[in-house]
Amino acid sequence: MTPPRRKRRRPQQPAPPPSPAAARTEGEAKPGNPERLYTIAGADGARAELDLVTLIVARSAPPPTASPEVAAVLRLCVAPLSLAELSAYLQLPFSAMTVLITELITAELVQARAPIVRQAVPDRSLLEAVMHGLQRL
Amino acid sequence: MDFNGSDAIPGPRTEDHLPHTAEAAAKIVIVGGFGVGKTTMVGSVSEIRPLTTEETMTQAGIGVDDDYGSDSKTATTVAMDFGRIGITDKLVLYLFGTPGQERFWFLWNGLFEGALGAVVLVDTRRLAVSFDVMGRLEERGVPFVVAVNSFPDAPRYPIEELRTALDLGPEIPIIECDVRRRASSKDVLTTLVRFLHSLALSGTLA
Repeated sequence: MTPPRRKRRRPQQPAPPPSPAAARTEGEAKPGNPERLYTIAGADGARAELDLVTLIVARSAPPPTASPEVAAVLRLCVAPLSLAELSAYLQLPFSAMTVLITELITAELVQARAPIVRQAVPDRSLLEAVMHGLQRL
Repeated sequence: MDFNGSDAIPGPRTEDHLPHTAEAAAKIVIVGGFGVGKTTMVGSVSEIRPLTTEETMTQAGIGVDDDYGSDSKTATTVAMDFGRIGITDKLVLYLFGTPGQERFWFLWNGLFEGALGAVVLVDTRRLAVSFDVMGRLEERGVPFVVAVNSFPDAPRYPIEELRTALDLGPEIPIIECDVRRRASSKDVLTTLVRFLHSLALSGTLA
C-alpha cells in the first residue's frame, strides 16, 4: 500500500500577520472565514499585544467596586497565570478575556509579563533549558 | 490576599500555582486533524489538568469543517485544549492542541507566530488530512516535526516512505509515537526542541 503524496511549500515573503481590519472584511465577504465575536482594536487598529501565554499577575486586592469578573481575575492572579488559563477558568472567550485584561492593565490592577516568542535567531540557552525541563518530566 | 470566601470561580489547585518568580512563558503547538490525538497528547504530558480555551465565531466562520458525523456545521465555538509544563522557576511552557484548519488559527493572537515550533500529529489512515497543515506551517516559516500516532489498525509505512510521501526534507524529524503514554509524548516534544536547537546552531530558522 502506498501513502498519498504531498507537495512541499515555500515560506511566503513576507509572512504577513493578518490585520484585524482585513480579517474582518474577508470574514464578511467570503463565507468560510471565521470572525471573532469580540474584537479588540487599539487607536491604530492594531490588536492588543496580549498573547495566549502572557502571564498576568494581580497588583492589588480587588477594589470593593470591582465587578465579579474583575474580582475573580484579581483573585486568580495572586500567582502568575496565563491569559489562556484565565479564559479557561472564567469560561470567557479568549478575545473577551483580552478586553478585560487590557482594561485591568490600563487601570494598573494587573501586571502583564510578555511571552517568549520565536526569534529569527533562536535563543539556544532557552531551548537547552526547555530540553532539560522536559527530561525532568 | 487569599482565596477564602465566596469564590465560586474554579481556579488552579494550590499545587498548580506558578511560582511568583515565573517571568515568561513560551508555547508549542500540537496541530492535526480531528481525532488524531492532540488532546490526548496534551493531557499525557501536562502537569496541570488540561484546560480549554474557547473562541466564539460569527456565522461567517461556520460550515466547512471536517464532517466526521459531528455537528460542526452548526457550531459557533472553537475550542482549544492546552496544558502546562514548568521548565524552571522563571520559565513555563504551554502546549496547545489546535484544529488543523488554518482559518481557526487567527482566532487566537499569535498562536503560531509566537510558537517556538509545532508538532504535526498524523494518523496514517488519514494522512492527506495533514497535508494542508504542513503547507501552511511551511508558508509561515514555523518549524515543525511530524509525529505519527500509532493506531493499532493504521497502516505502517517505513519512515523514509513517509518522508517521500510527505515531501519533507531529510532534516525534519519524523517519529512514531503513542500519545497516550507520557514517555512517548515527552519524546516527541524533546525531538522538536532538539530540532529547534539544531536549527539555532545552523542559523537556518526563518
